[in-house]
Amino acid sequence: MSKRKPESGAKQRQQTSTSKLKALWHSHRAVALQSVRKLIGEPAASAMTIAVIGIALLLPTTLFVAMNNLQILSEGVSESSRITLYLADTVTEAEGRSLNEQLLARPDISTGIYISAAQAAEEFREYSGLGDVLSALEENPLPAVIVLSPQEIDEVSGAALLSELNGLPGVESAQLDLEWIARLQRFLDLAQRMSVALMLILALAVLFVIGNTIRLAIEGRRAEIVVVKLVGGTDSYVARPFLYTGFWYGLGGGLLAWLLLSLIMLALGGPLDALLALYDNQHSVQGLSLLPGLVLLSGSALLGWLGAWISVRQHLSAIEPR
Amino acid sequence: MIKFDNVSKRYPGGHQALSQVNFELGDGEMAFLTGRSGAGKSTLLKLIMLMEKTSQGEIVVNGKNLARMPRDQIPFYRRRIGVVFQDHQLLFDRTVFDNVALPLQIEGYPKHEADRRVRAALDKVGLLKKERMNPMALSGGEQQRIGIARAVVNRPQILLADEPTGNLDPELAAEIMNLLEQFNQVGVSMLIASHDLSLITRLSHRILTLHNGQLVNDATYPVPHGAGRRAEAERSPGSVA
Repeated sequence: MSKRKPESGAKQRQQTSTSKLKALWHSHRAVALQSVRKLIGEPAASAMTIAVIGIALLLPTTLFVAMNNLQILSEGVSESSRITLYLADTVTEAEGRSLNEQLLARPDISTGIYISAAQAAEEFREYSGLGDVLSALEENPLPAVIVLSPQEIDEVSGAALLSELNGLPGVESAQLDLEWIARLQRFLDLAQRMSVALMLILALAVLFVIGNTIRLAIEGRRAEIVVVKLVGGTDSYVARPFLYTGFWYGLGGGLLAWLLLSLIMLALGGPLDALLALYDNQHSVQGLSLLPGLVLLSGSALLGWLGAWISVRQHLSAIEPR
Repeated sequence: MIKFDNVSKRYPGGHQALSQVNFELGDGEMAFLTGRSGAGKSTLLKLIMLMEKTSQGEIVVNGKNLARMPRDQIPFYRRRIGVVFQDHQLLFDRTVFDNVALPLQIEGYPKHEADRRVRAALDKVGLLKKERMNPMALSGGEQQRIGIARAVVNRPQILLADEPTGNLDPELAAEIMNLLEQFNQVGVSMLIASHDLSLITRLSHRILTLHNGQLVNDATYPVPHGAGRRAEAERSPGSVA
């Protein structure tokens, strides 16, 4: 190398570790931007891929949001689970009130209201719209009732409490609609499991979609890969643009899913709230909040990256300069 | 710089591409590799580039035994070697400038430094004014110049060229060879495969001749008067009987 000019060659190649890190950062930034530009440069193809991913992600996300809303609703319902004691006709109003007082003293009862037969008839007349029917009857057919709301209650303790109340003197029958709460709970559990299963299946679908898209991208850039490997591109350098492409696809799909879900909520939120209001429900329908939304985005981006990584591992090593 | 010690290459199909080749290329030396098509010229270059592995023997490049190079070191090794191909291996989805900049991008050079080097390389091959063009729009000779600029842009110690003038008319071919000679003059070791004997014998560099995978001649042309036969005999590889 004696003829070589002194400033050229090996000296300049001696890079410190910080400048290597800097070079890596430069490369990553350039490749990340390049891959975005490539995606934007082929809008039709990119949009198609992102749409497929977005719709695949939309399904489990919608399910998640629906479950979330049901969960909130069902909590409201079990809090407001009420036991109704129908009192015998022989029980006077004073006896009824004192029974209510006794029950209120119990630790497992939080509130109790005595409603006399006359009050019950009044309410019925007011709300049912069948007041005339009631007036036509000679006697008030409605019994006096005590409406209790128990402390936290589940199926077992509810049933025990119910049988105990049923045995009280003067109580004709006690009713607690536990069964449908239990059913709702079971249904929610099942739906939760189904949504997890669906999520896994659709995540797999997203992996395949991205993997296949990346495989085609690798095929399309075969010549470039050969040249890059010939002039000293490492495997990770060659893989990097494809990994970023997968990442962007995933992120784009996640964003699209979030956007579509928001549109759905916008369209359905009003009517749903109105429906809930009819059932005296204070809750309004919740969309995807920030934290689960960010989980969706990072999850989808990760899926995209993973799909690309699998594809790159399978197909890139097969392309070597010959 | 490059040392072949009893190197043989047999392809999986059974084709014996090289048989017991011995030679050594000195630091800063320029040599031609000639022979008919299929004589093993390309295979020899591919072995140096580690695009193929030797079946037997040893290749040492710049003090490194290629057989013992781990796979993950190959890219870094290739960065020290510039290669020029007969079919240029240019990328037509980017400009002349970006083609030449590729090796620097791979090494992660900062942009201003890379730009400076790319322009210097393009200037040397006389294509500075065409840096924004697509290589597709350029002539064969110009495309080959881009290939050369890319091969030298990160200042390799060794330059390999596989039929760099194969598709060019004699005048352009001579120009390309002169260009390569200029890089040799600043100290780059060179091994150029070419079957264009009339061109390379005029250039008074060492010529290695392959025939059916064997190195059958190792001499410098034109043969200096009187001393020629002796010089040729001295350099004749012993393995060739």
